[in-house]
Amino acid sequence: MKEQLEQIRREALAALESAQNAQELDALRVKYLGKKGALTAVLKQMGKLSAEERPAMGQLANEVRAALEQSLETQGKKLEAKALEDRLRAEALDVTVPGKGVKTGHRHPMYIALDEIKEIFIGMGFTVLDGPEVELAELNFDRLNAEEGHPSRDWSDTFYFDTDSRVMLRSQTSPMQVRAMDSMDLPIRIIAPGRVYRKDEVDATHSPMFHQVEGMVIDKGVTMADLKGTLNTVVEQLYGKGTKTRFRPHHFPFTEPSCEMDVQCHKCGGVGCPTCKGEGWIELLGAGMIHPNVLRMSGIDPDVYSGWAFGIGLERTAMRRFKIADLRLIFENDVRFLEQF
Amino acid sequence: MNLSRKWLEEFVSVSADDKAFAEAMTLSGSKVELTHDLGEEISNVVVGRVVEMARHENSDHMWVCQIDVGREEPVQIVTGAWNVHVGDLVPVALHKSTLPGGKKIEKGKLRGVLSNGMLCGLSELGLDTRDFPYAVITPAAILGDYHPLDKEKPSIPNHIQPGHKIYGPVVAAKVTGLTAAGDAYDVTLDTGSGSASAATPCSNLHEGDLVAYNTKSNTICTLADLHAQQCEFPHCIDDGIFILHEDCKPGDDLKPVIGADDHVVEFEITPNRPDCLSVIGLAREAAATFGQPLRLHQPVVKAEGEGSLVDLLDVETPAADLVPRYTARMVRNVKIAPSPKWMRERLRSMGVRPINNIVDITNYVMLEYGQPMHAFDYRYVKGGKIIVRRAEEGEKLTTLDGKEHTLTANHLVIADEHRAVGLAGIMGGENSEIVADTADVVFESATFDGTCIRKGALALGMRTEASAKFEKGLDPMNTLPAVDRACELVELLGAGEVLPGTIDILNYVPQPKVLPLEPEKINGLLGTDISRDEMVDILQKLDFQVDGDAVTVPSWRGDVIGMADLAEEVARFHGYNNIPTTLMRGQTTLGGYSPEEQLERRLGGMCRAMGYDEIITYSFISPTCYDKIRWAADDSRRQSFKILNPLGEDTSIMRTTVLPSMLEILTRNYNYRNQNVRLYEVGRIYLPGGDDGLAVENKVLSMGAYGSDMDFYTLKGCVEAILKDLRAEHIRFEVPCVPNPSYHPGRVADVYVGDRRVGVLGQIHPLVAQNYGVDAQFYCAELDFGQLMHMDRSVPEYVPLPKFPAVTRDIAVVCDEAVTVGALEACIRKGAKGLLKEVTLFDIYRGKGVAEGKKSVAFNLVLRADDRSLTSEEADADVKSILDTLAADLGAVLR
Repeated sequence: MKEQLEQIRREALAALESAQNAQELDALRVKYLGKKGALTAVLKQMGKLSAEERPAMGQLANEVRAALEQSLETQGKKLEAKALEDRLRAEALDVTVPGKGVKTGHRHPMYIALDEIKEIFIGMGFTVLDGPEVELAELNFDRLNAEEGHPSRDWSDTFYFDTDSRVMLRSQTSPMQVRAMDSMDLPIRIIAPGRVYRKDEVDATHSPMFHQVEGMVIDKGVTMADLKGTLNTVVEQLYGKGTKTRFRPHHFPFTEPSCEMDVQCHKCGGVGCPTCKGEGWIELLGAGMIHPNVLRMSGIDPDVYSGWAFGIGLERTAMRRFKIADLRLIFENDVRFLEQF
Repeated sequence: MNLSRKWLEEFVSVSADDKAFAEAMTLSGSKVELTHDLGEEISNVVVGRVVEMARHENSDHMWVCQIDVGREEPVQIVTGAWNVHVGDLVPVALHKSTLPGGKKIEKGKLRGVLSNGMLCGLSELGLDTRDFPYAVITPAAILGDYHPLDKEKPSIPNHIQPGHKIYGPVVAAKVTGLTAAGDAYDVTLDTGSGSASAATPCSNLHEGDLVAYNTKSNTICTLADLHAQQCEFPHCIDDGIFILHEDCKPGDDLKPVIGADDHVVEFEITPNRPDCLSVIGLAREAAATFGQPLRLHQPVVKAEGEGSLVDLLDVETPAADLVPRYTARMVRNVKIAPSPKWMRERLRSMGVRPINNIVDITNYVMLEYGQPMHAFDYRYVKGGKIIVRRAEEGEKLTTLDGKEHTLTANHLVIADEHRAVGLAGIMGGENSEIVADTADVVFESATFDGTCIRKGALALGMRTEASAKFEKGLDPMNTLPAVDRACELVELLGAGEVLPGTIDILNYVPQPKVLPLEPEKINGLLGTDISRDEMVDILQKLDFQVDGDAVTVPSWRGDVIGMADLAEEVARFHGYNNIPTTLMRGQTTLGGYSPEEQLERRLGGMCRAMGYDEIITYSFISPTCYDKIRWAADDSRRQSFKILNPLGEDTSIMRTTVLPSMLEILTRNYNYRNQNVRLYEVGRIYLPGGDDGLAVENKVLSMGAYGSDMDFYTLKGCVEAILKDLRAEHIRFEVPCVPNPSYHPGRVADVYVGDRRVGVLGQIHPLVAQNYGVDAQFYCAELDFGQLMHMDRSVPEYVPLPKFPAVTRDIAVVCDEAVTVGALEACIRKGAKGLLKEVTLFDIYRGKGVAEGKKSVAFNLVLRADDRSLTSEEADADVKSILDTLAADLGAVLR
């Protein structure tokens, strides 16, 4: 009997070892451990053994069963792992096949540039204002110190809706300065982006409709040094830390002193190249300290309050930002253009 | 404004090169646009003297010249020009030289003869006879060059000999000798029967030439004298080599000789600084910028002319309000002639063409002083009286440019007792123009009301250099020095006799502006710590007078009216870039987006998430756009803001709808063959009726799409997604109660949120598509931004998740085609008894098994109770109730 048990152990373990899959393994379990299995058959003969032999044989039989069960489990796990491995291998994909397209839309490049500017100013405590494009000449000109006779008021430059030149398409976002002063409490920190209109024929750098962002700060003790500091910060955020700027005197009716701000040419680093027309600098925006007359006309005492303002052309900013060569692309809205951004 | 650096040098010494000069001037406030080296393109061109000339053996018109260019040996140059003679000084472009226009000259052979360069004419040097009037070439008709129009019948016989008659007193003669005499030549002639000598201006003659000689007038005939055409004498032309009559010698660089050694700086002058539209104004800025003294010149007029100005001329200014100051002087016995080289060069360098001495003087003074001057012929001032008055309505005047104008009372004219002789501040009249025989000249130096001049010039469409200056408001204190300078130049040039005395009418009281000097306020505004001394120093450099705390503003600085202006002057010369940079202090403010802007950003984000690209379209459209989208002729929405001075019809009205803009862009993309396009824009429309006569500017979310992945339900799904994202409540889509002519009548829905109509969506009407020239199906949606802003929106609130399972049932009912899915859904909800949680359409079927005119519509129903698991019987009871209601209300029966 001992021989039988040992033989079963040998045979069964060998068979289990060589089982190829779960079915074979199950068949072997039945063959050896099942109700009619080989080991069961041997155990059924236990009764015929002597009382002395029985414990030893019982122990051996249990050992054999345990060994078989142990092997069954290990083999089972092994085969399971192998089966999984086979399945995964069979399921493997060509990962270089293109993904199934989810088409998302694109923000217009000009608004990408505008968003960047807005974010920067909002971070500095500015409120974003919106205002009318059909505007009173009074707000677009008079209240901004551009009196009757200023060349920009000419019908050759500005679009009008009435013969009295009273209602017009705003030629700048600057009337938003007046609207802000008229409607907001001091101190004021605003930016006002929007469409503006001038009588320019369409070409690579001109359009009768374009966009500006106006900015204005009014508070006690605001200085030109603040203007410079703030705009420098903005430029560093837009064009990277360490971007060099310079300020040049200029003239706007509604600021005094007035300036234009240049950034060092990104192409040549200031040496002079075709991009900057050899100057080494590229004009970015106009700015200045709000003219005392403008403050006064809005009922703000220039002896108590001061402020600064700036205006930046958005198209040019976007064109520079994305190296867009022709302004007409901005308004053409060809999706092959739009989807590059 | 152009500035000659040579001219500038007369007033201030600046050694900086062009680049450094431009940079420094730009940073102190005079923006330099360009600098230009006038001689940049000219190199290796020298003065040469013709020492020997021989006719080219292989050419009937070329000469081989030996030219002394200051070297040991003369150089040989072949020229085709005939106006060159031995002894002439000529411009020589040597081997490897360059000329204007990028022209390069190298040695080469001309018909076998070596030429080591080129002799230059005026045009080759970028000049013309107005720059060098003495270089005008008058060609004689040389008979050897005669090419008859008709070979069979020549006007001049082929082998004509000296003495042969040509016609009348004109005979053929041979040149036997030629000597230069100033600008002319003394010629000796063999007339066949004898000899003659004649003086001639013709410079194309050489010994041996056969010419037509008029024995009666003792002149050599030109082409005009012979009534000949140019083609009959192809080489007898008024072009040739520029014979120099300048103080120069062989080997000299040509550039200084012709004034090409100057550098010109082009400034962009802002409208507040008309004083800088002059050499003196810019010199003052340059002097302050470079810390150099300004050398101003006080005009000195000898006024030795005989007679009394007061006896000859009287000036009245009835329109006193428009003529702050009128100053005039008179010059008699004027000799009209070209002005001298230095003056022509300066005018030219500033971009002004020389004309004659008197006109050139007025232009010179305008450039130097910034004061427009006018010179007119005294003989045309009838009655010796100048009246500066408003024009009469309909008064006519022909200006110097030959154009006739009909004037109105808004124009200011210079008139005599009878008629206008000039448009004040704009242009002189043709009837008083300086001409060759002008004898007595009145110089007018005046200031006029800027607005009057601007409007007058604008109305006539003739903005001139003078009017551009006047309209900015000129300094009345400048008229007197300017007119004196003009008279001084007249005397300097010997152009006439200046009469003593000046007429000077002042219609205003000069009041120098005095401002307090407030260093703390200036530093307070600039954020600087500039010393009072530095401020005073800067202001004085600009000719502000500082006396204690009082600053007197110079008369030419009308732009300086207060502390901020003084601050700018100080800042400009302290240096904008030396102002520190500080960050804002003061009360902190809370920045952020307005609720409107937040909504706009959210809508944009949703559209892009669904594949729509953002576009930007013009706010103005053509009135014909309303026709294209099929709006009725009397549609009230056609009432638009109309631009009175549009660029063109296409951009002439402010849109009251975004639809045409979207259709235009869809069409453009369609024509570019872009596939599956989806676009959106949050655009404005401009409706009449706003406050103060302004527009009501409403925003609209405009969506447009076409392509294989687009149909009505896809677009509707996008609109639903947007509304759901905004948490709109009670969204409905309805067939419009008023037909919308722009959309397909069967594929359009008005969009409602509650009772609020928020927009429309659908397929564009095929006729509209046709109007845009496309045969595709365009889908568009227009959602009113204001309605979206104000519609009911739910605030999210947590609802406990279901604890008990749901029962789902599918039902399919057959009903008439006319019954809408919306009606069926509403009916299902009505019929349910409180257990129905969701209804989802999953199929619409027509065809086999369903009768004609009917359709089968299938829904998935989800039923659930919140407090227990439903039994099958409970669910069945609910479904039965639903089916009963469907059958009763809509005749829809279970399939």
